[in-house]
Amino acid sequence: MTGDMNSQTKPVTGNIADSATRDGPLLKVENVCLYFHASNGVVRAVEDVSFELNRGRSLAIIGESGCGKTSLARALLRLLPRNVETYTGRVFLDGTDLMKLSEERFRRNVRWVKISMVSQAAMNSLNPVLKVGDQVAEPLLLDHRLDKRKALERAREVFRIVGVPAAFLDRYAFELSGGMRQRAIIAMALVANPTLVILDEPTSALDVLTQANIMNALKKIKQELGLNFILITHDIATSSELADEVLCMYAGQLVEYNKAEQFYREPFHPYAQKLMASVPTLRIHKKPDFIAGHPPSLLNPPEGCRFAARCPKRFERCQEEPALFAYRDAAVKCWLYQQG
Amino acid sequence: MEDNTLLAVKDLRTWFELKRWGFIHAGFVRAVDGVTFQIALGEAVTIVGESGSGKTTLLRTILGLAQPTSGEITFDGRRMDGQKAQDLVWLRSHVGFVQQDPYGALAPFMTVSRILKEPLAINKVDESEHEQRIRAVMDEVRLIPVEDFLNKYPHMLSGGQQQRVVIARAMILRPKLIVADEPVSMLDASVRVEVLELIRRIQKAHNLSVIYITHDLSSVRYFSERVFVMYAAKLVEKTDVGQVVQNPLHPYTQALLNAIPDPDPENVTRFRDIPPGEPPSLITPPTGCHFHPRCPRIIRGVCDVEDPPEFEPAPGHFVECWLYK
Repeated sequence: MTGDMNSQTKPVTGNIADSATRDGPLLKVENVCLYFHASNGVVRAVEDVSFELNRGRSLAIIGESGCGKTSLARALLRLLPRNVETYTGRVFLDGTDLMKLSEERFRRNVRWVKISMVSQAAMNSLNPVLKVGDQVAEPLLLDHRLDKRKALERAREVFRIVGVPAAFLDRYAFELSGGMRQRAIIAMALVANPTLVILDEPTSALDVLTQANIMNALKKIKQELGLNFILITHDIATSSELADEVLCMYAGQLVEYNKAEQFYREPFHPYAQKLMASVPTLRIHKKPDFIAGHPPSLLNPPEGCRFAARCPKRFERCQEEPALFAYRDAAVKCWLYQQG
Repeated sequence: MEDNTLLAVKDLRTWFELKRWGFIHAGFVRAVDGVTFQIALGEAVTIVGESGSGKTTLLRTILGLAQPTSGEITFDGRRMDGQKAQDLVWLRSHVGFVQQDPYGALAPFMTVSRILKEPLAINKVDESEHEQRIRAVMDEVRLIPVEDFLNKYPHMLSGGQQQRVVIARAMILRPKLIVADEPVSMLDASVRVEVLELIRRIQKAHNLSVIYITHDLSSVRYFSERVFVMYAAKLVEKTDVGQVVQNPLHPYTQALLNAIPDPDPENVTRFRDIPPGEPPSLITPPTGCHFHPRCPRIIRGVCDVEDPPEFEPAPGHFVECWLYK
């Protein structure tokens, strides 16, 4: 596997974590591209994204709507819609190249077993005519992984972990409040004991207090079970609740991959800086800023740096597309951070 | 301040009757239950509350879109709670409404100029003025150059531009009050502040009153003077923006502020002190204070028995909580 890493000669690898663990990273994503067919051309939703995530670390993927966050998550889980035009790159989980697995092997051995997902607005996707407990236990019953009694026992256990009373196992979705339904969905993602859980906007449809309660529950799960989360959100303040690393996307591309301690205090990429400045804060008195203009279309993205048109720090070089430069402990896709 | 009052709401209740099989009375949804406040001309006020707390119903009642069960609404010296047709027509020509979802609020088959012409035509503004007023208002919301936008359809605009069209439509009749229901919640973080700043600038330029409805206190606090906190159909705290952030009095407000994170890497290890549970049903609200089942500072025998009246522990700072008796 180390050979794999060394063979990467392009400057685009986000090799931040190379030396951090001896076992190698938990997740390694190399040059993933995901394009969709649309009626008027090809939408380049995810373009050439590479990063690594170490064991025991959680990642927040942030960016504005339409920047490709969800598409990236779907690419990792291979949950793709039908109109895919290109789907390339490599995804290693624990050293296994997931892209080489057949669809059937991926379904049996990876999806929900090693990586699970809480998708956006999932709390409304519970089946109304099944008991919640049966639905949560369902991933364990597939392929006869467990018998029903054991599966329900496990469901009871994950309900306890996420903070749903065990009596709710026998209830139907409509009998649960929004917060409880969302917890049940999170329980479903945890039930097969995966190593990586992708949370796509897990709290955006919920009230502020419920949201904080669920974030508390997720933090506890993270600490106690040592799970790795990938949290996808446009809400930067919320993302800081769970993130050890931050991946910031803009117009389908990774623009910055950084440690949370650095990113939330002082990000490097001009887009990330402007984005952070636009986040209103409650405790610190700082008038929020905004970014003039709007993100480019992913149908015909502009040449060169995609943020250049809105960037306050642009210079001539920005007409060419920057590589992902390693800078301090981070990777930044901006000419300002080219070294040597 | 009294003579300067633009909108006064007194002990307003909006209850919706529930019926079984269409005719058997089965209780009420008490969406707004005893709300009193005044808004001065030129003042911006934020109503913050969770979904289901009745804030949108309160707004709809003020706009005359929902019928009040009891209470008084006075707008610019004229009583509005009678729901008379000529009152409502007059009211709506003086109040601009900015909806939450700009795309849903704009007719997809109308161009921007047609959308902006509609209110003028309905309110019988002289046709010769239309063109000039549309251009002026588009210039004001920075849909410039105006020619580029006049003939566009809503789907050709970005979310921020769509919301500007909605604001322009709300402004075109030169209202005295703008009500904005979560005006930026559908927009991206990077353009939210731009839209809020735009509304603020228009407010200052025309000395308008603005009511914002939001669940996101941190973004709106820079754009309004006062905050009303709504919980389970009641306004539990009414005070200045600065006070609510620095010195929140009601336990619910305190919990709400606790729950809002700021971007901070320390958050990863920090657990928030949040009361458990969910807001109560508005069909069978708890006796006494609506917040008492979740309240960490409950006074047994008081809070669960009697509904707290409004106390004023500091001038201009109103709170419905027995702790401040």
